[in-house]
Amino acid sequence: MRIDRHPILHFEKKKEIYFRYNGQKIKAFEGETIASALHAADIKILSHSIKYHRPRGFFCGIGKCSSCLMRVNGVPNVRSCITPVESGMTVESDRQQLPSIDFPDGRKEDIKTDILIAGAGPAGISAAIEAGKQGKSVLLVDENPSMGGQLIKQTHKFFGSRKERAGTRGIKIAEELEDEAKKLSDVKILLETSVLGYYGNNKGHMLGAANKMKNVLYRITAKKVIFACGAQEDMISFPGNDLPGVYGAGGVQTLMNVYGIKPGNKVLMVGAGNVGIIVSYQLLQAGVDVDRVVEALPKIGGYSVHAAKLRRNGVPIYTSHSIKEVYGDGKVEGAIIARLDDKWNFVEGSEEDVKCDTVCLAVGLTPSARLLFQAGVKRDYVPEAGGHVAIHNGEMETSVGGIYVAGDSSGIEEASTAMLEGRIAGLSASMSLNHTKNGKEESVMKEYIRTLDEMRKGPFGIKAREAKRKILQEALNEGI
Amino acid sequence: MKEYEKTGVIGLDELRIPSEKHIKKGVAVSECIQEIPCNPCVDVCPVNAISMETINSPPVVDYDRCTGCAQCVAVCPGLAIFVVKKGDDGALITIPYEFLPVPEKGEVVKALDREGNEVDTAVVRRVITKKDNTCLITVEVKKDLVMVVRNIRVMK
Repeated sequence: MRIDRHPILHFEKKKEIYFRYNGQKIKAFEGETIASALHAADIKILSHSIKYHRPRGFFCGIGKCSSCLMRVNGVPNVRSCITPVESGMTVESDRQQLPSIDFPDGRKEDIKTDILIAGAGPAGISAAIEAGKQGKSVLLVDENPSMGGQLIKQTHKFFGSRKERAGTRGIKIAEELEDEAKKLSDVKILLETSVLGYYGNNKGHMLGAANKMKNVLYRITAKKVIFACGAQEDMISFPGNDLPGVYGAGGVQTLMNVYGIKPGNKVLMVGAGNVGIIVSYQLLQAGVDVDRVVEALPKIGGYSVHAAKLRRNGVPIYTSHSIKEVYGDGKVEGAIIARLDDKWNFVEGSEEDVKCDTVCLAVGLTPSARLLFQAGVKRDYVPEAGGHVAIHNGEMETSVGGIYVAGDSSGIEEASTAMLEGRIAGLSASMSLNHTKNGKEESVMKEYIRTLDEMRKGPFGIKAREAKRKILQEALNEGI
Repeated sequence: MKEYEKTGVIGLDELRIPSEKHIKKGVAVSECIQEIPCNPCVDVCPVNAISMETINSPPVVDYDRCTGCAQCVAVCPGLAIFVVKKGDDGALITIPYEFLPVPEKGEVVKALDREGNEVDTAVVRRVITKKDNTCLITVEVKKDLVMVVRNIRVMK
């Protein structure tokens, strides 16, 4: 299941290590996560559901969906998809239970910072760079083992203008952003650490964070907080949607492009937006067969240039088609697809049996905004933004003073706009900490906002434009 | 709704086909026809042959200025630009290619159309590997396939 050679990526041979899974000795490579090492060893069932004991596998690959919870070194409910595997580790499935309230051998640490940024993806790193350049102390926290968010698996070249690094692959942009942030002495980075909750504003915003495997609990006091927590992949309902082998398209991208592991041998892709067609193309590059792409809408949602790349490699795209069910004994063995009529009903007799071992869902994203809601920001349901979002003004500040949002957690968009929103949030948080106003910063801010508007023009920007129009209008009504 | 929005295959009627004179000289043909915010091809062109009204407009190639240098083929994030050139016997097509194995000069490969169908064989005439791992593969095909072939498949 490991990718030997790849046209774009080079997977360095890392040190071989061994760990135990339910007593069985499993080979892994240093730097990979528990779930990816298990997948490489063809172990796809990671746990079972508590009530009906249905098998559970990998889904999102970025610690958001809780489908991969395992007991690791005795610690229950560890997200195996974002926890790096270590030599001698003990990993167990089927031992779901609540952890004890004791905190044995735990370490507590207090951190005070000017700006706390939750999420080190394109938005969070950009915010950190901007604030760090202004000389503010920044704490950048992310629960993944590496920085870069979803950029680290984007092997395709980005669109946009030169200034936004167009023509550069996402993986390269991630490296550049990481290098830039690490050069700033005022930016401190905490990885494998989850921000757990917001505990009010008393001489600064107080938040809790934890590194679960290292047993460290942080109490963070920050003058300003920027939430750049990204998004999570949507699920659609059909019989068999919880079978191991039904994966989020982004999860599959992580597995193959970050860890060099194939998700399976033959894939059915559901959804022909940019994510669905780009990941299908990347599956072909990884040497995985893509049977077809089905799309419920009558037309392809992604860019025609991406669809054309897939089509000239012989992969058909079935518009007005969707998935009816997935079947298999403990794992995906195939799927039934069918045509949809103009009222979104399946057309009887149009069913087709697609033999495959993997079904990828690329059916949309939902902003990760729970920490914001817990902090009490004013929220609204904005369908064009992908769901419930924090109301924010043009400088990315929410209804709770000193709390900002950027990137997908403020509404689903692209990495290129996330980077700009991050810059705006970082700059605006820094400016609010300055005692004197500086005309130069204000003109930089204006330029960022102008570029962002420019990027949302055109027919593909219509959803983002509408989402942001509604959010800004409500911010205005609320006096934010 | 346009047909390509349903199928993902761009029809010739959607493209600005260069004249015989221009194809003989060798020019870049852009198959980027939607309004997407992107312009690296405009920036990279050494002779200013590619223009755009705004960053959202599809690129327009000035076939008189274009020299067929293929720098835009290498930079286009959508892999949507090809260089076509007709000779006396066959036609040369330069294709952006991101798969393994990379064919070698002189190798015979399968020639695929926009739907991935095999339409003929092609002979690889030039292979350039860029720093970012995108390859520019120039293949020779029959003259009448110059606007048909848009991909290759290595046979071995």
